[in-house]
Amino acid sequence: MKLAVLPAPLEGLPWRVLIPLTLLVCFGAAVLHSAAGGSFERYASSHLVRYGIFLVMALVIRLLPRDLILLAAYPAYAAVVVMLVVVEAIGVVGGGSQRWINLGFMQLQPSEFMKPCIVLVLASFYHSLPPGMTGSWRALIPAGLLIGVPVGLVMLQPDLGTSLAISFGGIVVMFLAGLPARWFVGGGLAAMVAAPLAYFFALHDYQRARVTTFLDPESDPLGTGYHITQSKIAIGSGGISGKGFGQGSQSHLNYLPEPHTDFVFATMAEEWGLFGGLFVLLVFGIILRWGWSVARRAPDRFSRLLAGGMTATIFFYVAINLLMVMGLAPVVGIPLPFMSHGGSSMLTNMLCLGTLMMIDRWSRRPGGGSSFA
Amino acid sequence: MKQKFTPSQLAQSFDRRTFVVGAVQGGIGLLLAARMGYIAVAENEKYEMEAESNRVNLVLIPPRRGWILDRNGSPLASNRADFRVDIIPERLDDPEQTITTLGNLLGMTPVEVQDLRDKVAKAAPFQPVQVADGLDYDTFAAVSVRLPDLRGVVPQRGFSRYYPTGPAVGHLIGYVGAASREEYEAEPSPLLLTPGFKLGKDGLEKEFEQTLRGRPGARRSEVTATGRIVRDLETREDVQGQAIQLTIDGPLQDYAARRIGLESGSVVVIDCLTGDLLCMASMPSFDPNSFSDGIGRVEYQMLSENERVPLRNKVLKGLYPPGSTVKPMVAMAFLEAGLDPSETTMCGGGLRVGNRVFHCWNRRGHGAVDMAKGIYQSCDVYFYHFAQRLGMDVIAPMARRCGMGQEFPLPVSSQFFGTVPDPAWKLRKYGQPWQPFDTVNATIGQGYMLANPLQLAVMAARLATGNKVMPRLLLDENRPRFESMNFHGDHVQVIQNAMRDVVNGPGTAGRARLPIENVLMAGKTGTAQVVSLSVSSGKGGQWKFRDHGLFIFFAPFDNPRYAGAVVIEHGGGSGAAYPIARDVTTFLFDPAKGLEVLHALEKQWGGTAQERLAAEYARYAAAAGVDIPPAPSDPATIIRLVEAEARAAAQPAAVATQAITPPSETAGGETL
Repeated sequence: MKLAVLPAPLEGLPWRVLIPLTLLVCFGAAVLHSAAGGSFERYASSHLVRYGIFLVMALVIRLLPRDLILLAAYPAYAAVVVMLVVVEAIGVVGGGSQRWINLGFMQLQPSEFMKPCIVLVLASFYHSLPPGMTGSWRALIPAGLLIGVPVGLVMLQPDLGTSLAISFGGIVVMFLAGLPARWFVGGGLAAMVAAPLAYFFALHDYQRARVTTFLDPESDPLGTGYHITQSKIAIGSGGISGKGFGQGSQSHLNYLPEPHTDFVFATMAEEWGLFGGLFVLLVFGIILRWGWSVARRAPDRFSRLLAGGMTATIFFYVAINLLMVMGLAPVVGIPLPFMSHGGSSMLTNMLCLGTLMMIDRWSRRPGGGSSFA
Repeated sequence: MKQKFTPSQLAQSFDRRTFVVGAVQGGIGLLLAARMGYIAVAENEKYEMEAESNRVNLVLIPPRRGWILDRNGSPLASNRADFRVDIIPERLDDPEQTITTLGNLLGMTPVEVQDLRDKVAKAAPFQPVQVADGLDYDTFAAVSVRLPDLRGVVPQRGFSRYYPTGPAVGHLIGYVGAASREEYEAEPSPLLLTPGFKLGKDGLEKEFEQTLRGRPGARRSEVTATGRIVRDLETREDVQGQAIQLTIDGPLQDYAARRIGLESGSVVVIDCLTGDLLCMASMPSFDPNSFSDGIGRVEYQMLSENERVPLRNKVLKGLYPPGSTVKPMVAMAFLEAGLDPSETTMCGGGLRVGNRVFHCWNRRGHGAVDMAKGIYQSCDVYFYHFAQRLGMDVIAPMARRCGMGQEFPLPVSSQFFGTVPDPAWKLRKYGQPWQPFDTVNATIGQGYMLANPLQLAVMAARLATGNKVMPRLLLDENRPRFESMNFHGDHVQVIQNAMRDVVNGPGTAGRARLPIENVLMAGKTGTAQVVSLSVSSGKGGQWKFRDHGLFIFFAPFDNPRYAGAVVIEHGGGSGAAYPIARDVTTFLFDPAKGLEVLHALEKQWGGTAQERLAAEYARYAAAAGVDIPPAPSDPATIIRLVEAEARAAAQPAAVATQAITPPSETAGGETL
């Protein structure tokens, strides 16, 4: 797509993604405005400001050269692991669990950085792995360790949602890297065996309660099942066209928990109905489709894996959050990208997006991948 | 077999696998869209309703209860606007702390606080428990401003039931109270859980519950998840319950109840022309006003410990041997069987039947006694003599015709209807044949014979008018037409005249003469023995061994308008009963004269019944302190239990083996 009217620096931008995305973020701001009881300042303004800042960040990332990224993969990964350890240490010293480092304008969760980082480091790993070894243990064990260390650290926090997101991103990269399919089938079977064991031995009580409640939300409608029940009421009562902007009783009268973060989709659906929901799904569909097309067009193995992994990470956020608010997945604290209020999630997703735009740029320039070589 | 990996193979595999992952994502996307469509379209109605029931809180407004009016339209039970405070136990954050705070705010005594704790502990968690009502505005406001710290406390404006004459109508009308757990289970309506809603617990309040209840109002308001009201959406006014109008004459009821004074007993007055029950007083009683907040432990203890059973309605549920009050009825049976009223017998103080002698109450004898003298002098020998000749088979049917042993179609929860014994009954009940002494006992209203005061009043009315007067409690403009009793000739006049002479002639109740010109009251005394003369003379000594005093009456004697019965439990003889009948009848014809007597008496007794009850409560509460077991949650059931026991006790436990020796008819220094 070429837009002749645009000045040269803007010409190469993927407008067919940026325009729907900006619409989605603005729509998210409108929903947050309503969720704050009609206050623009409370959530919506910072949401837009963050989007602006991180969009600039993404556009800067877009310009980075491939070699630099390849070079930075392991150091970046190591730095984030160190940050995770630091956060853990602060938590131990402070006598409580802590997930973030305060940066002043936002509270940074290092575990958020790990989501794109794990994709980056694995893409780099498989890039450097000789193709002949793809079916051997050397393709599996180091990658397993690269995933295992941060997942273990995040689980200690404890943050089930993020550790699942990191695992998912990593495993998708491994899958795309062409590791034998039987390993994944075997791993899936092992996970099915391990899940009950993890349920009884690894999960915290509140996490276990979330799983039980997910399996039978009506068992405790005023306790942990409350979230799911109220979320379904919000979505269901919205109907086809919704109750109208600012008219959602579930969010305004505090029946809906977390109406501006994890359950922002329910807040939206109550006021905008099925139309709003389909719009959100459509925008995410456009973004993800574009992500996969970037991955397929990418010039080499590294950038392909990187693009595929980033797309999968965004997808994981969207899918788990929407499955959760519609009562198809247990309540895990995962926000909806570009709509939920929260800096960390916006940062992660914009990092993913920036990386995708960057790879898009690499593939547009023939031989761009080796331009700095 | 080892698979070979080359860069081109890996690139192909990447394309295949991105396609797989993309397809899975697309599938999940479709799943989400379908799921959302299902929730938002197919289940929209269900969730819309749930969102609405989340948002909208429906608060029922208890309906104002219908009034209970006396025959003149004055309220016996009405409603008073007041401020009240309730607790909903399940909403309390810290019950101990909240109750203590409330106790301080409302100035409750330790006993009241303890009562409240018990009630909160015992109530179903969703059920409102009344803390206090009848509050003044300042107290109410003091609680209201602290509401944010007192979750589960509900202050509101409402109406409380008010009984202007208090104890005088307690047994008749009953009382109201918050629904008990059992009542809610029987009728699981949200109204029963509404704070401030009271339902009838006893008496007419209970019988006419559905009529009096009315329809609740409702206030719909928008609330947040934490229950804070955002705004009121709409309010529907309640519909007050229908009033019911009784045949009771309010002032007369109050007068009679107060006139019973320190005694334990009952007064029934019936309108001979319509059957209207003008008065059904039973004392001592309880104050239904104080029962409507739930009964406190001190009050319950005080009432249940009282040997005069203030929790029992003696008019309907007190059974007594009628004593000599049956003699006019027995005489009527003789007349109808063909006995000439002028036929005499000799009373020498006793009558030999077979090898036994049955005594007259007057050991010196009455000399020659005809029917009139038999009645006004209450000569036992006259009745023994002719009963031997005419037999129980003429007496028992007449007793039943006059209303004894009968249950009347009245809107009351229960009436005990006593016993009219006859040979078949005795055989059935005890498997023993009828003995001559059984007839002797029955003719003087002793032995197996038991009646309640209402039956005695009906008997008086039927004998007085010769009509089958049926008592009624609900006022009806239509004047009922009573069947005639079909008494022959001048038999009614014979009885009227004889009973006139009981009071106005040389009879046993000379002091019962009305202080009113031209109105002569007719009556018949009765003294019912409670224990054998070998245990107590029946005149003095221990209260529970004293004789019951009874009196039936009607006035004016020759054109009866009012009839009635007075029964004084353990009054020591009929002398305790007929002065009350005299004053009550006086009040009917000349209220000022009646009140004059009452006021003089109340000065001696220490106030009206209501004042004395309040004073007694204060005394009792001061002595008792907190260490009293709590009152039962539903006193009405306990009251019924008490009555069931009382009934069993009132029944002759064993077969009688001998004649009763009649107690003296002239008790307490009365002259003939």
